[in-house]
Amino acid sequence: MQQLYDTLSQRFSLGEFTRQRADLAFITVGAVRLHALLRHLRDQEGFTHLVLLTAVDWLEDGQFQLTYLLNNRAKCQDLGLRVMIARDNASMESIHDLWAAAATYQRELREMFGIDFPGSPRLMDDFILEGWNAAPPYRRDFDTLEYARATYRERPGRETRDPAAHMKQQLYGDKGDV
Amino acid sequence: MKEELLKRIVKTPDGQEIEIDPLRDYYCEAGPTVQPPAYTAIIEKLFNWARSESLWILGFGTGCGAIEMRPLMTPRFDAYRYGIQWRPTPRQSNLFVISGYLSVKTLKRVIRSYEQMQGPKYVVGLGSCTINGGMYWDSYNTIKRLDDYLPVDVYIAGCMPRPEALLAGFEELKKIIRAGKAEGANQYAANFDWYKANQKSVIHDWDMPDYNW
Repeated sequence: MQQLYDTLSQRFSLGEFTRQRADLAFITVGAVRLHALLRHLRDQEGFTHLVLLTAVDWLEDGQFQLTYLLNNRAKCQDLGLRVMIARDNASMESIHDLWAAAATYQRELREMFGIDFPGSPRLMDDFILEGWNAAPPYRRDFDTLEYARATYRERPGRETRDPAAHMKQQLYGDKGDV
Repeated sequence: MKEELLKRIVKTPDGQEIEIDPLRDYYCEAGPTVQPPAYTAIIEKLFNWARSESLWILGFGTGCGAIEMRPLMTPRFDAYRYGIQWRPTPRQSNLFVISGYLSVKTLKRVIRSYEQMQGPKYVVGLGSCTINGGMYWDSYNTIKRLDDYLPVDVYIAGCMPRPEALLAGFEELKKIIRAGKAEGANQYAANFDWYKANQKSVIHDWDMPDYNW
């Protein structure tokens, strides 16, 4: 994987390189040349399969991290590309022209994180949620519990226990500290 | 609202231009009505016995609990010996088993399916999720109380309940039917506005007629 990184860094400006396992590594890259890098990896380096495209909300840094995980089937290698984009008006170049399946991931990210992918097919169609009218639910500043309390009526009588204290009571009863 | 449900002008094959409003033209606007017992008590009792021995379940697995229905359909637990069987369409079934958590998106399909079933019809809530939300109590898109949206005859507690628990639940439902107390469809008709208001309070993109039988 180190060899691959050295080859790539001659053509692209790459960021941090993390070697997770012998067959899995992550590279942090800039958003601008990501499309060209993905095309190069797919056509020249044998990473023909897009395993997944997902996002992480770094709320404190005001950034979203997009992770593009690619697989090289011939060499049994996985390569993840990490891209940091601004959280406000988050927008990223679409890669549906490289892998058609990416359009579905991008629809999901648009719905769950509110990240825009201009030009991606059926981007504004409902994916999992229908008629959603609150903030995108996977953003960390969306209060899930608050929303559930306000939207769905509860049945009274539900008890919540602290698991550690409850199990201690169940196992040892009144025998005190054991 | 989906495009095919919007009011529009359509050109017929013979050249006329007609206006169609799918929600009004393709569906009946009449709501459900309460069906009082039609015969004398002793005959109703016989009917209720017969109904209790013919539970035809709609094969619609709404959540993870549907996995518990497979062993019931197959020789190991064999629910068919109790007069219970699964059917592929709402028109042919009279028992709706809500199998586990119900997301808002599924709830919409559940309401449509329930309304298309012919009365007398029964609903069984399977698992804790239908009772009080279960492990999805803080989820942003699953409902917490099934009886806010549909009339429920029997709840089977557990996460998940074993097939034996389901069989016990079905036997309980049979007792309720034989006692003439499984009046879910009538309850739904009598409190139709209340149920609709609850359903519409969580389904924000209501794109179907209010009663789609």
